[in-house]
Amino acid sequence: MACHHKNSHHKLDLEDSSKKLVLVGNPNVGKSIFFNYLTGIYVAVSNYPGTTLDITKGRYQDFTVLDTPGVYGVSSFNDEEIVARDVIMAADIVVNVVDAVHLERDLFLTQQIIDMGIPVIIALNMMDEAEKNGLSIDIDRLSSELGVPVIPTTAVSGKGLSELKASLNRARVGESIFEKHNELTEKLAKMNEETTSTRDALLILEGDPHLADRYRLKPMNFREEIYRIRRKRVDQIIDNVVSDLNDGKGVKATLSRMMVNPVTGVPLLLITLYILYQLIGVFIAQTVVGLTEEAFFLEIYEPFIRNLVSRVIPAASFTSKLLIGEFGILTMAVTYVFGLLLPLVIGFYFFLSILEDSGYMPRIAALVDRTLTSLGLNGRAIIPMLLGFGCVTMATITTRLLGSKRERIIAIFLLGLAIPCSAQLGVIVGLISPLGVKYFLIYVFVLLLVYVLSGTFLNKVLPGKSTDLLIDLPPLRIPRIGNVLNKTRIKSFAFIKEAGPIFVLGAVIITVLQETGILIYIQELVAPITIGWLRLPPEVATAFVMGIIRRDFGAAGLNSLAMTPSQTTVALITITLFVPCIAAMMIMVKERNWKEATAIWFGSWFTAFIVGGLVALFI
Amino acid sequence: MTLAEVRRGERFNIKYIPDDLVRVQALRFGISEGAVLSCHEKVPGGPVIIKRNLQEIAVGRNLASNIIIEKEN
Repeated sequence: MACHHKNSHHKLDLEDSSKKLVLVGNPNVGKSIFFNYLTGIYVAVSNYPGTTLDITKGRYQDFTVLDTPGVYGVSSFNDEEIVARDVIMAADIVVNVVDAVHLERDLFLTQQIIDMGIPVIIALNMMDEAEKNGLSIDIDRLSSELGVPVIPTTAVSGKGLSELKASLNRARVGESIFEKHNELTEKLAKMNEETTSTRDALLILEGDPHLADRYRLKPMNFREEIYRIRRKRVDQIIDNVVSDLNDGKGVKATLSRMMVNPVTGVPLLLITLYILYQLIGVFIAQTVVGLTEEAFFLEIYEPFIRNLVSRVIPAASFTSKLLIGEFGILTMAVTYVFGLLLPLVIGFYFFLSILEDSGYMPRIAALVDRTLTSLGLNGRAIIPMLLGFGCVTMATITTRLLGSKRERIIAIFLLGLAIPCSAQLGVIVGLISPLGVKYFLIYVFVLLLVYVLSGTFLNKVLPGKSTDLLIDLPPLRIPRIGNVLNKTRIKSFAFIKEAGPIFVLGAVIITVLQETGILIYIQELVAPITIGWLRLPPEVATAFVMGIIRRDFGAAGLNSLAMTPSQTTVALITITLFVPCIAAMMIMVKERNWKEATAIWFGSWFTAFIVGGLVALFI
Repeated sequence: MTLAEVRRGERFNIKYIPDDLVRVQALRFGISEGAVLSCHEKVPGGPVIIKRNLQEIAVGRNLASNIIIEKEN
């Protein structure tokens, strides 16, 4: 049931015969405004098979208009690029949105699309910003150098949009770099004989394995040579068309520096995290979830659905337990996913979209790169780590953006081990704050220590090498609320679609464990560890088992026990380090495999009990 | 010298980037062997932030120490 759920509906169809207008551009160049302007409100969102990415589709006159994820080039380095590549390959015309402030970066993609022989029209966007930066661009010259029409636009204020619309029929194939390089032209011509189009031929020359496979050819290795010539050509064009550069010394340049310099960057980051905590940890986790989970789902929805189901199915039956029992599919799973997780996920993605669109996120990555490097990660891992405080399951999915398998294993282990998710965090804060600052500091210090030590350890023992940071720092901008909301919606929806079925499966497993008596057996099994080694009351074992089901259940289970402050601290540390919840575990299996997930699982058990016991010895 | 040794504000010329994949990605961002760039900022112990016109790129310290550059005057 759960395994092929993801792709079963809204599958994107690129094979239909309609004429396709594809919007292409680097990340954050304002493509969505063009999409909305062209298509109006009637758009469809469809999932791209095999990924969490969604493609928005609409209509303009007789064109099907397709949006693509922001990419720096057409190839297959990651999910975004694979999706963008496939959609671009199906294009009849491409509207390439280019950031006028970042021609160096953006024109590389432009030139690649031109080289593919696809008719293009360019929207040279952010013209207002280019002017503010003292940049003067010779648009006619740019158009003649590239051989395609260039329309200057400032999409945010609607400037140039109607001109672009009116010029769509002028889109054409531009000046390919191959025209001036005889050797390459020959290679392309030869490849052209074996394929059905220049775009296929070019990507095979550039070593794209998927396309080569389609033609049963071996991918060629001329990528670097072609990229080098393309880069040279782009630099040449820029030298010819851009002038009057006054090196940015404005407010943005200063702020940009402050964000990456530790002296100012760390306080800025702490302020940002504080705002994040206030939004997610206080406002959403307490106020909003109080309304959605407790007031709505627990008090109105659950009694309603219990009542409804119990009319048809006898209350004592296994089916009834499965559907509406303590861990039922229609009760716990639904309440958990929509009442608790959804508000948190929306809040997190909203905050992250703002960080992303403002250009602050990559600067945080640069700031923390040094610290994360010693844990075998690089600065980019800050994104899943931040998300982990919202929901480890969501964060685990995001580790896909990391550069190597090794980094993913480290990140997933650290997420499962030492990052308390927001559901748990709320309960923990409630338990530990009455004990006084000393215990709070012990808690934070121990977790931080475990986090750093485990990362360092994994970095030492895991074979291979982690990738280095190499990221583009986009200009700082005030995010557009429409874009932020849109991103939040798409990502939250994708998360629920991915994680929802897994929570259902988790609910089923737990119900089975409970009904067969295995749950009680496990409780008795771990009792010696809890009493003997951790020096905690025997009832804590129940909380631990609950913690497997849901991390905050575990922490909440400690609430009712009479313990000394030291015992509470030990119990909280152990339960934080203890295994990730069953949903996170299922996602780990899905993202990695059974073997690694099990290793991570037992690794967490082991670490949790060792550390808990050690802390119990010392305090 | 390597990119890790460059000082803030200095202009330099990229001579050699060792890793194939890194080289290809750098080419897309606008850094090619032969390109003249400047060091915009150096995070202590962390990435070197290089700049070409208005394009800024953060290069991890370890990677930077493998990239060979030559100072421009």
